[in-house]
Parts: sequence; C-alpha cells; structure tokens
Amino acid sequence: MCPDSAKTFYLDNREIPFKEGQTVFDAAMTAGAYIPHLCHNPDYEPHSSCRLCTVIVNGRPFASCTQPAVAGQMVQSDTPELREMRRMLTQMLFVEGNHYCPSCEKSGNCKLQATAYELGLQDNHFPQFFPKRERDASHPDILLDRDRCILCGLCVRVSRDIDKKNVFAMTGRGIHTVIVVDSPSGELKDSKATAQDEAVQHCPVGALLLKGKGFEVPIGERIYDKASISVHSVEAFQAREAVHG
Amino acid sequence: MSQSVATHPKEAVHQILQLHPRDPGELLQILVEVQHAFHFVPEEAVSLIADHLRVTRAHVRGLVGFYSFLSDTFLGDYVIYISDNITDRMLDSQGIAKYLCSRLGVKLGKVRSDGRVSVQFTSCTGMCDQGPAALVNGMPVTRLNRERVDRMVEFITARRPVSDWPPEFFQVEDNFRRSDVLFRRSFDPGAAIKAAMTRGGDETLKALHFEEAVDPASGIAWKRGADETLKELYRSDLRGRGGAGFKAAIKWETCRDISAPERYVVCNADEGEPGTFKDRVMLSSYADMVLEGMTVCGYVVGAGQGILYIRQEYWYLKPHLEAVLARRREAGLLGKNILETGYSFDIAIHWGAGAYICGMESAMIESIEGRRGKPRKRWPLPVVAGVEKRPTVVNNVETFAAAALVALKGGVWFAGHGTMHSTGTKLFCVSGDCERPGIYEYPFGVSVREILRDCGGLEAQAVQVSGPSGTTITRPEFDRVLAYEDLSTVGTFMVFGRERDMFEVVQNFTHFFQHESCGLCTPCRVGTSLLANLVDKVAGGKGSPMDLEEVQKVSQLMKTTAHCGLGQTAPNHLVDSLVKFRGDWEKRMMVTGFEPAFDLDASLEEARQLTGRDDAAAHL
Repeated sequence: MCPDSAKTFYLDNREIPFKEGQTVFDAAMTAGAYIPHLCHNPDYEPHSSCRLCTVIVNGRPFASCTQPAVAGQMVQSDTPELREMRRMLTQMLFVEGNHYCPSCEKSGNCKLQATAYELGLQDNHFPQFFPKRERDASHPDILLDRDRCILCGLCVRVSRDIDKKNVFAMTGRGIHTVIVVDSPSGELKDSKATAQDEAVQHCPVGALLLKGKGFEVPIGERIYDKASISVHSVEAFQAREAVHG
Repeated sequence: MSQSVATHPKEAVHQILQLHPRDPGELLQILVEVQHAFHFVPEEAVSLIADHLRVTRAHVRGLVGFYSFLSDTFLGDYVIYISDNITDRMLDSQGIAKYLCSRLGVKLGKVRSDGRVSVQFTSCTGMCDQGPAALVNGMPVTRLNRERVDRMVEFITARRPVSDWPPEFFQVEDNFRRSDVLFRRSFDPGAAIKAAMTRGGDETLKALHFEEAVDPASGIAWKRGADETLKELYRSDLRGRGGAGFKAAIKWETCRDISAPERYVVCNADEGEPGTFKDRVMLSSYADMVLEGMTVCGYVVGAGQGILYIRQEYWYLKPHLEAVLARRREAGLLGKNILETGYSFDIAIHWGAGAYICGMESAMIESIEGRRGKPRKRWPLPVVAGVEKRPTVVNNVETFAAAALVALKGGVWFAGHGTMHSTGTKLFCVSGDCERPGIYEYPFGVSVREILRDCGGLEAQAVQVSGPSGTTITRPEFDRVLAYEDLSTVGTFMVFGRERDMFEVVQNFTHFFQHESCGLCTPCRVGTSLLANLVDKVAGGKGSPMDLEEVQKVSQLMKTTAHCGLGQTAPNHLVDSLVKFRGDWEKRMMVTGFEPAFDLDASLEEARQLTGRDDAAAHL
C-alpha cells in the first residue's frame, strides 16, 4: 500500500492527488480542475442526475460526482466530445422548463445560466417544450416557481438531511416529474418551510426564491458577474476544503 | 369488480393498514391494495397512510405519481387498460380500443361521466402470444376481438362484476412450443434443496448441515453443502438470464463473503421489456422450481429472507403464488427449520405498480423499500449494499430456475448444454408475425433462423431480439446466434413480416421509452421526449434529413451520459432502424429545398448489399 499522499490519477494528462474515499469530482476540484456540474453540491449527498460532470474513466463514461478515485486511472474531462455533450445537456435543461433569464431575479446568481455561459451556449438548439407547471406563491416569504426547476433534487435532499423537515419531494415520472410540497393542501404556506431553511438557500436556479429580496444586489455585481462559474466554484470548493479538510 | 369498489374510505383504508406493519417499506404494497379497493388513491387515504407509516404526504403523493397503475383520480367502476405493445398493435389493438370506446361511449383516457368505466393504453402486459390483450380491474383478457368487446360492453352495462364474467375471458395459455432441459421433466419440490444440502458428503442431511465451520483465513462461516453447491454453480458457468449475463456464482459468492448481519435474495419477476412473457409462464407452471432456486441461493449465501418482485400486470397470479408458498411452507421447504436442518428461509411477494424501470435492480430495491423506483447511484452495487443496505443477490426468474437445476444435477451436466461461453438453455418469447407464437426453450447458440423455422416465421423481414432495448435483426443476419458470444438476449423475439412498416415499430418503441423514463437524469428524461417528438415529426411528414442527424446525436448522448441501462439502451432500436430501415423513414420525409448532407442513393448501398439486391427498385 502506498501512503495517501502518493495516490494520484490522471485527469486530462494532469496528475491529480487524492485521498482514499474521495470521488473523481472532489479530487479534481481540490486540485483546481473545474468539472461542470449542476445537481451536485459538495456539502450534500451526490445525486448524479444532471450528468454534466460525466467524465471518461479508463474509456468508460461515469458521473464524476459519484465515481471513486482510483490510483493510476486515466480520466478525460475537457475533451471536445464531452464539452459538446455538456452543452447539449444544458440545452436540454433549458428547453424542458420555462427559463426567462432577463426577468429572473436569480440572474447573475444562477448556476444554470452561469454554466451555459461557461460552456459557450449560443442558443437552446432544441425546440422548447413549453410545459405547463404550477407556481406556488402562497407562502409569505418563499416563491416556488416550478417553471425554473431543473430537478436537481437539492431542495429535497437538504430539507430532508439538514433542515430535517422533508418539505419537498418529487412526484410524476419522466418528463412529467415535478417538485411537490409536503402539506395537507400541497401548498407552501401550509408547510413547515421558512425563509431560513437551508433548502431554500441552495436552489441553484430561480425555482425557490425569497420574496422581498428583488435587486438587493444589483445586476452586474452578482456572483457570476464577478467571476465565471469555473473560477468561482473551484475557489469556493477549495475554501470549503481548507475549513473541512 | 364493480361491487368491490369500496365506498367508505376511512374504514376500508384502516382495514388495509391493519394488515401491514408500520414500516415505510410497506408503502407501495399498501397503495396497491388501496388502488384495487377504490380504483384510485383518495386524498383521505394519503393522509391516513402517511400518518400510519410516519412518512410525509408528499412522499406518498410521490409514489402515486410515479407508478402507472396508481392514480390520484377515480378511474371508474371498470378500469380497462389495453396493452400497447407493437405486437398488440399488429393484431389491431388500436382498432379494437377505438371500437370499445365508441361502444362504451367513453373517450380514451377519460372516465365516463357516470363514473362507470375508463379505457386507456398501458405498456405491454406480457400476453404478446395471445393478444391483443387488456387488463380489466387487474384481470387479463386475451385474444380481444369485436365479439369479445361486445360482450364486455354488455357485462359493463349490466354492472356484472368481473368475478362473474365467463372464465374463458381470462384464460391465459402457456403456449409451450418447445422444451429442453429446463422443462423436459417434472420438478419434484424439495429435490434441489436436498441435493444442495447433502452435496459433497454422505447422505445424512442433518449431520451434514450442522457441520458448520469457520474458515480460519476469512472468518466466514460456511456449510459444506453450501460451499459445494457454490462450486457446482461455478462449474455450471450459469450467467444471469436478464441479458447482461453476469455470472451467478460470482454474485452469490460476493454476497456470501461480505460480513453482514443479514442478507437478501431478490427474484426479479418484473419483466417489463415489451414482448417478454416467460416469467408469467414460469410462475404459472414452474413456480416451485423458481422458488426453490431462491431457497438454494438463500442457503448458499446465508440469507434468511427472499423477495419475489412481480409486475402488477401479473396480479391475477396472486392466489396461485400464495397457494404455492403456503404449500411449500407446509411441506417444510420454506419458513423456519427447513427440512429440519435448522436453516430458515422465507419468501415474501412484493408487487410492482407499473414501472419498467423497476426491472433495473437498484430501482427494484428502492421499490421494495417503498419508494419511487429510482435507480440508485452506481456504487455500491446491490450485491454489496442492496435491500436495507444489506448484501443482496438479485437474479431473475429464469436464472433461479436454472440454479435449482444446477443444484439438483450438478454444474458439469448443466455446462454440457449450450455454447462455450453461454451454458445451459434459454427461454424465448416468440410473438408477432409467425404461425406458432409462444415459449420456446433452446440450448444457447440457436440461430435466429432456426427459431423462425420452428415458429413458422421464416418469411419475416426482421426480428427484434431482446425487446425495444435490444437489437433489430434483418434477413441477411438470420444466421446469427443467440448467445452471449453474439446476440445476448433477455429472450424476447418479436417477428415482423414482410408487409410491416418498420417505422411504426420505431414509433411504438420510442413512445414506450418516453413513458417509462423515470425522470432522474437529464439525458433520459429529456432525450426520450426529444426522440419521441422527432419521430412524430417524421411520422407527420415534416421530417428533414437534419432530424435524422438529430436522432443520431441525441441517441449518442443518451448512450454515453444516461445514468442507467434504460437511458443507455433506449435509443438502440432507433440507431438500428436508421441503418437497416432507412427507407421506411425516408418515404415519410418532406422534400425540401435543403440539400441533404448525405447522398440518398449511396446511403442505400449498405441495404442493397445486405439484401443482395441490385435491381432498379433498389435504386432511387
């Protein structure tokens, strides 16, 4: 057995050190190599659903957020084929919902929008689905706009694991999958959700928004206005690693 | 049964809840019973169930929305589902559905205003050899025709309960056409268990079984019989019959060797692949062999609990299977202290509720635990952490039946059948354009042509091997063989005659996958819809060459990035069809001013070579 410090794998021909039990994703981000992702937040259990973090490990595709790092393995991430696939996946997320960046309060703080810029998306390419999804504006402090939801499942996981409230769940199947709220009426106002819930803070898009906060930070001064998502998320990841080790 | 629709929700739900422990894992089983009692899951029931199991209402609603046979709105006193596989369509299921709707005065997919009846389509119900088929209040009706429909309408109008309909309506045939080693002889219940427990020693069952020891090297407790049976399984080289072909012995040994307080044995009887019906026949006529294979597995790996996960479409087998389980318990072949050896193992039935994805092992385990059938993360594998995070062997019905025979007759005997890398025999579900549809058992290595000859389908232009997620085989390929070395298969064998328009096959399959995608991952959730829309565009005469390229691109994306086998294999039939039956696509395409990137006539060259034609009609 070699010591932990000596364990490495290769990501796009760059040697990446890793600790036993680390995923390919975590090791890459720690080393400063950005892998695009939307459903994953390193603070919570991975979901491997958006598939943007797909990499090729020893010739086979895997979601890097759940793939354990193994010494000596060859991983490809920044290739023309994978970049094109990530673009297509992002376009798919845009067309299956109803996203209107110019009027969205999340604009500039939105991971979907920032990832689209990062990947150089010029358009949505695929025909829009224009689904009819219910909006829940019943809660005094929180807006649930299913039109902007990308089904990353973060609110479900965080409400369950961190807030311990289980406010959110998914229902439907396939393209008809939607977020549902746990309350007798099915509406947010009758649920246990509060503005302080972690679940509400972690929505990567504008599906869960706090009311009364519009334009608190002006356009132009928001997270991804200042730094691209690749730079910002690597910095955030490394800062987190420095704290948690 | 119209009379059976419960009218007092609270009371009826309480009765159902009393029969189940307060275990969230019971949720799906409770919902299935509520659905059968009310023909929907009333809002009142959602609250009662949630409180009883201490889960959220949203969680309960999440399941109702996920499984096709659960509904949050009332579906009528008579709930009719018409099987929508391509083989049903080829037998005019769509015309019959239309006729049924017009006779009943009901719109497809809607409940009649008096609440009496609803009619809708459902994915393949596993009656492809005797279609067109339907389910009426959970009971299968086969060989639908207009006369049958007339009588059904008569009964429904007269409010005659389904239990009082003539039995011939629900007659389901085994249609056994060819048997080999698996089915040739009758199976003596208990024989395989006895053989397993006494293997490698003298014949005194008791003495042997208690000869437990701990292997000093690994610290694993083992019994000689179990160890010797595992060796036989290795010698047999039995591979999983679900299509992937993973070696059963490796799976069993892995499960056995992981230190855990409990282990599970799960039998996958969720055969949702359209065109597949062998589990139905096995469980109807060879249930003992299947259950015995599970028991042997339990003994070998050291599991105490088996779970038989069956698709909802086979609900009508419930009394039969419960009777077989009861009989086996009485005979000392299941339950506590099997054959007085001290070994205990029992089998519980878990019902699916309409979800193809649950045939995928980790989704099945989620379903067994009472959740939406969402595939789990890739690691750890179910054999390491399956049901309740315990080591779990998941094999399908046919694999367990074969394992029972290996335990009984030994691995060398088993490996004497089939080919070098595909030992034993395989069941084929033959349907479509042939004279004798049904179940055929062959040693592995049989050619497509041989099966076609035996079933009377030699005139076919194509065979869909292993279902919509499998491979489309055309005439020049009929000498290919069914074995892991060439065409690996779950056993589905749908035959398409010369007159069939293969584009219609593609359209049916594409919509099947759109309906069955679980919705977890982006490429499958969105990709299956994009593909269905593209195929519909071509069907509507609005397709352009660019759309065909788009089909290729989306297919490639799904194959590479989808989370599980469903999404990765869903485009297989499209990719095959675009190569092998491009003509059926192109004849629908819009003639545009746009010059296509490919040369139409040149692209036919491959088809000309495959079909050995070079006449004028084979050129543009």
